[in-house]
Amino acid sequence: MSSTRVAGLATAPRTGSPPRAGGPGLIAGTAAVYAGQLSRARAARAPLLFVATLQSLGILVLVRGFVDRSNELTRQGIVAGATVLVVAFVALNLLAQRFGALRAGRGFDYYAALPVPPAAVVLGTAASYATFTVPGAAVTAVAGALLYGLPLGHLWFVFPAVVFAGAALAGLGAFLGLVLPRPELATLAGQLGMTIVLFLGIYPAHRLPGALQAVRAAVPSTYAVDALAGSFLRSPDWVGIGGHLAGCAAVAVVALTAATWAFRRATLR
Amino acid sequence: MDASYEVRGVTRSYRARGRDAVLAVDRVDLDIGPGEVFGLLGPNGAGKTTLVRMLMGLAPPDTGSIKLFGTDIAGRPQLASGWAAYLAQDELALDELTVGRAVETTGRLRGLSRRAALTETAELLDELGLTDLAGRTLRRLSGGQRRLAGVATALAARRPVLVLDEPTTGLDPTGRRAVWLALERRRAESGTTVVLVTHNVLEAETVLDRVAVLDRGRVIACDSPGRLKAALSSEVRLDLIWRHDPPREDATVLQLAAGAVIAGRRWSTRLAQSEAGAALAALLAGPAFEALDDFTLATPSLEDVYLSLGGRDDDLERV
Repeated sequence: MSSTRVAGLATAPRTGSPPRAGGPGLIAGTAAVYAGQLSRARAARAPLLFVATLQSLGILVLVRGFVDRSNELTRQGIVAGATVLVVAFVALNLLAQRFGALRAGRGFDYYAALPVPPAAVVLGTAASYATFTVPGAAVTAVAGALLYGLPLGHLWFVFPAVVFAGAALAGLGAFLGLVLPRPELATLAGQLGMTIVLFLGIYPAHRLPGALQAVRAAVPSTYAVDALAGSFLRSPDWVGIGGHLAGCAAVAVVALTAATWAFRRATLR
Repeated sequence: MDASYEVRGVTRSYRARGRDAVLAVDRVDLDIGPGEVFGLLGPNGAGKTTLVRMLMGLAPPDTGSIKLFGTDIAGRPQLASGWAAYLAQDELALDELTVGRAVETTGRLRGLSRRAALTETAELLDELGLTDLAGRTLRRLSGGQRRLAGVATALAARRPVLVLDEPTTGLDPTGRRAVWLALERRRAESGTTVVLVTHNVLEAETVLDRVAVLDRGRVIACDSPGRLKAALSSEVRLDLIWRHDPPREDATVLQLAAGAVIAGRRWSTRLAQSEAGAALAALLAGPAFEALDDFTLATPSLEDVYLSLGGRDDDLERV
């Protein structure tokens, strides 16, 4: 065989064989997957960018009609819950659906047949889905703060909150889409997860019965909701908020690790 | 150099819930040489896709070994992907990307820098006549355009081995020609080995160096198309197209019907040359002539080879 142009670092396993090309590595691979996935927003902008935002804005308007607006804690929780709901809709629900469909249609063969680390596929995709939620979450938070008379001074905090919540919920969505045996089940699980985020995120935590308080504490999105709600105070407790974000980050690490394991398992079938 | 692929005793079965295990690939042995254009031919369900997924390490075999350039890649796609590029039957993962972005992303995921990937994307799209479609999303393309875009992704960041599952399905003649030129160019310039799945017997006859004919998971023949056809050189194929139902009481019609593959009004049968001549003469002189619309006598094709080996006629493309 004549010379062969191959990409990356090469190792020859046997004399006379062409060199084996190396892959892009974790960071470059994640960046490439992220860039590719991000470009999907053009084709799928309606579900990825608009539907989730409209749903959360609708809920904000609806709830405003009958909620006790004199309680600041309630108002903070509603706006924070509606904002995180945007993240849950896209990162949890849509990603679970997408991965479920790809798994069922052997769409992951594309990635598995490339020299890219499985973690790069999961991280890059999760990061892109988290990014899709940023505009909608920002719009929801601003609209919510205005509708419910909350201070706008710390709205910048929406960005870190969405990033952490997005990583955690996208990891969970990816995991569900990869482990459930049928795409319908992945869709169901994604929508069920979103419903849980909706009720336990928006319903005022202090008015929940004890058993549901415990369930709420176990839901990954709760950390992000509580962190974001805390930022709507005039003088936020940043240490407490940092603790909530750390909890969110821990969930993200666990969920993304589990999703990477599930990706490896799903691609060898 | 050693063979690109050495496949020994490979078996793979699937277990569907509530059903017995289905043997998709059954004791397959193959050697595929460097620079060879090697085809897998057979009807749907013959095990072709399972076999090419195994060649990429994507489906671990139940038994047997698969070596690529001497390295065991069975169930190890991360190793196989260092040498081989793969085109699946449908690239669902890319369906919401533009053609340009799909090729660029694939190049980057094969280790190219962003700049190199962009440069190569432009070259590939030009080579395959896809430049005008660079900004179009794959799912909005026709089946053939989408397939051509898939081939472009497989060609990104040149690999010494290309494993392509039905690369030309749905392509128009221009697209097919572009794909074959691109593959031939890579073979001439880099000695690229090409393993491909096809349903198309004409394509298999004209472009493959060697072909393995699969049926029910087994390789029932493996050789060059010319040598496979030469094994049937004492026979000819007689195709009959009937205008309406032929007279079944006619002895010649009765005899032909017993051995023919019947698809609507088309009867196809293989006979020794002398028998074919006699049968045709009898048809032309007898009452069946009035029902006959057209006939063809032809030397054996790969389809005949396939049928003579016991393969099923369904799902093979003739055109």
